[in-house]
Amino acid sequence: MDLSQINPILLIASLMVAATPILLAAIGEAVVEKAGVLNLGVEGMMITGAVVGFAITVNTDAPALGFVGAAIAGAALSMLFGILTQYLLSNQVATGLGLTLFGLGLSSLIGKPYEGMKVTTLAKMEIPLLSDIPVLGPILFKHDPMIYVSLMIIAGTWYVLKHTRAGLILRGVGENHDAAHALGYKVIRVRLMAIAFGGACAGMGGAYISLVRVPQWVDGMTAGAGWIALAIVVFASWRPWRVLLGAYLFGGITVLQLNLQAAGVPVPVEVLAMSPYVITIVVLVIISLKGNHGAPGALGKIFHATH
Amino acid sequence: MRALKSLLTGVALVAGLAGAAQADDKTKVGFIFVGPVGDGGWTYEHNQGRLAVEEAFGDKVETIYQESVPEGADAERAITQMALAGADLIFTTSFGYMDATLAVAEKFPAVKFEHATGYKTSDNVSNYSARFYEGRAVQGHIAGKMTKTNTVGYIASFPIPEVIRGINAAYIHAKKVNPDVQFKIIWAYTWFDPTKEADAAKALIEQGADVILQHTDSTAPQAAAKEAGNVITFGQASDMAEYGPSPRVSSIIDNWGPYYVARTQAVMDGSWASVSTWDGIGAGMVGIGEISDAVPADVKAEAEALRDSLSDGSYHAFTGPLNKQDGSVWLAEGETADDGTLAGMNFYVEGIEAEIPSN
Repeated sequence: MDLSQINPILLIASLMVAATPILLAAIGEAVVEKAGVLNLGVEGMMITGAVVGFAITVNTDAPALGFVGAAIAGAALSMLFGILTQYLLSNQVATGLGLTLFGLGLSSLIGKPYEGMKVTTLAKMEIPLLSDIPVLGPILFKHDPMIYVSLMIIAGTWYVLKHTRAGLILRGVGENHDAAHALGYKVIRVRLMAIAFGGACAGMGGAYISLVRVPQWVDGMTAGAGWIALAIVVFASWRPWRVLLGAYLFGGITVLQLNLQAAGVPVPVEVLAMSPYVITIVVLVIISLKGNHGAPGALGKIFHATH
Repeated sequence: MRALKSLLTGVALVAGLAGAAQADDKTKVGFIFVGPVGDGGWTYEHNQGRLAVEEAFGDKVETIYQESVPEGADAERAITQMALAGADLIFTTSFGYMDATLAVAEKFPAVKFEHATGYKTSDNVSNYSARFYEGRAVQGHIAGKMTKTNTVGYIASFPIPEVIRGINAAYIHAKKVNPDVQFKIIWAYTWFDPTKEADAAKALIEQGADVILQHTDSTAPQAAAKEAGNVITFGQASDMAEYGPSPRVSSIIDNWGPYYVARTQAVMDGSWASVSTWDGIGAGMVGIGEISDAVPADVKAEAEALRDSLSDGSYHAFTGPLNKQDGSVWLAEGETADDGTLAGMNFYVEGIEAEIPSN
């Protein structure tokens, strides 16, 4: 065992890469849930974004277009969920699960011709001057653009939710949709916008896996990342900066377990491999023990104007 | 989800093929694959073997296959379905299908089965494998010569004899040309998971490895090495030439076609018998992919000489003196390993600083 072989600077830089897909998906879902909607279809939207982003990038050689296409695909799929749950008042849990299964099948169908192909990946962006700072430079300023985009989305979400009227309305709709409706706010419209935002973020998170982290298309490649994103939202008590913390913690453990193995630390591989999941469960239990989770009051409840 | 999907595919397969089976007397050959045929590695090469069978026999043969069949309980169902669909000969192409293959074979005594890389046989089950470790020896030699950090990263799949054999063969030959070489091993516990393979490759590179060997099937580690730069890799199971001349400097190519054709022929003329086949470079089952110009000419010449000596049998990849990891003597000077020990290899050779995870 030789822990000195693990370079903490590189470790932190690579955990940011490993965490970005779940970070994007989780912040999108946090906004959806803040609006009072529980969309369990994150995994389905992610994998659809992954395959659409990959297909577009293979055909155009432009990863940026791939990400845009992935966001649109994710949002389009989420609108299916939106129409079913908001207008046809279907059960959100069942519809969300259905969306995941549908997304997995759809992506498999779209992705068949793209298996084993290579793709242009996002170039790393070295920010001038800042990337030369010792320690902080390599950690923070030598990434691909999507990492900065994901951090800006977190900051933007925090600002909008906390400091703007639009954020107040969205939270109001999520806390008590009947009251928001009585005040004249368009509950369904607000929720549809939140759902579309969640779908777009999940789509981009999926595309980050197929375009940057791997970069390849493989059937079922998100491998449960969408479920982790859902757990992170609860872990974060629906707060944007805590979403960032949760995603990086999870990504960090994933990367750390591989590094510990490579350094020859005699911990059983199985324990390391399951540790992120165990820690997620432990944290969820601790949060539950504290009682008030800060969950939006109307989360998962069906809204109808006549009630 | 994957199970559900493969179930549906399987049902479609059976429904579609049941009718055809009665219509003609074509020999039907089935293949069970562990990954997608587009993986660019292991399953890709098995599928090339399937295509070679079609090529060789044309109208007299019909091939069917199922991709991405998980090892474990679901495999038995998939193999059973293939037997029910009227296959005369079924190739199950991953280690983890071993017990499932034997179980199904017992229920279908008239169907012939061929299991890849295992060690069990029965009246209607043969096993076949390639001496990949001969290729690993060549890779180890190049790795030992090429590494500047004296650190070689190894992405291992499952702690089974085949994989351990590969690690040992590579290590012995790297150590021989570079006494300071060190191996870092990550067990991915998968044959095919590009995300995990990419992450593992990145972790190894971050810890100083400038040579990555992989015993997993996707090209994701090649992509990670290419991005990192100054790292070399080897194609696994397939040539992976699209990543050459660097990072991919050479490869082990599995060549199943001739074997599949011969076994199909044997079923056709009724001469099929249960055998254990374990062929290497000499018999052409293991190929060494073109060594690229990224390797200096003298190293390339040495590697090719090593390949040729393995091929003509003048040199064995496990030749003493060799000790086990705990320091006890395994092979005396000049002694070579017997196939029995190799087939069940469950120990590292002396010098590897790691532990084999208990399975």
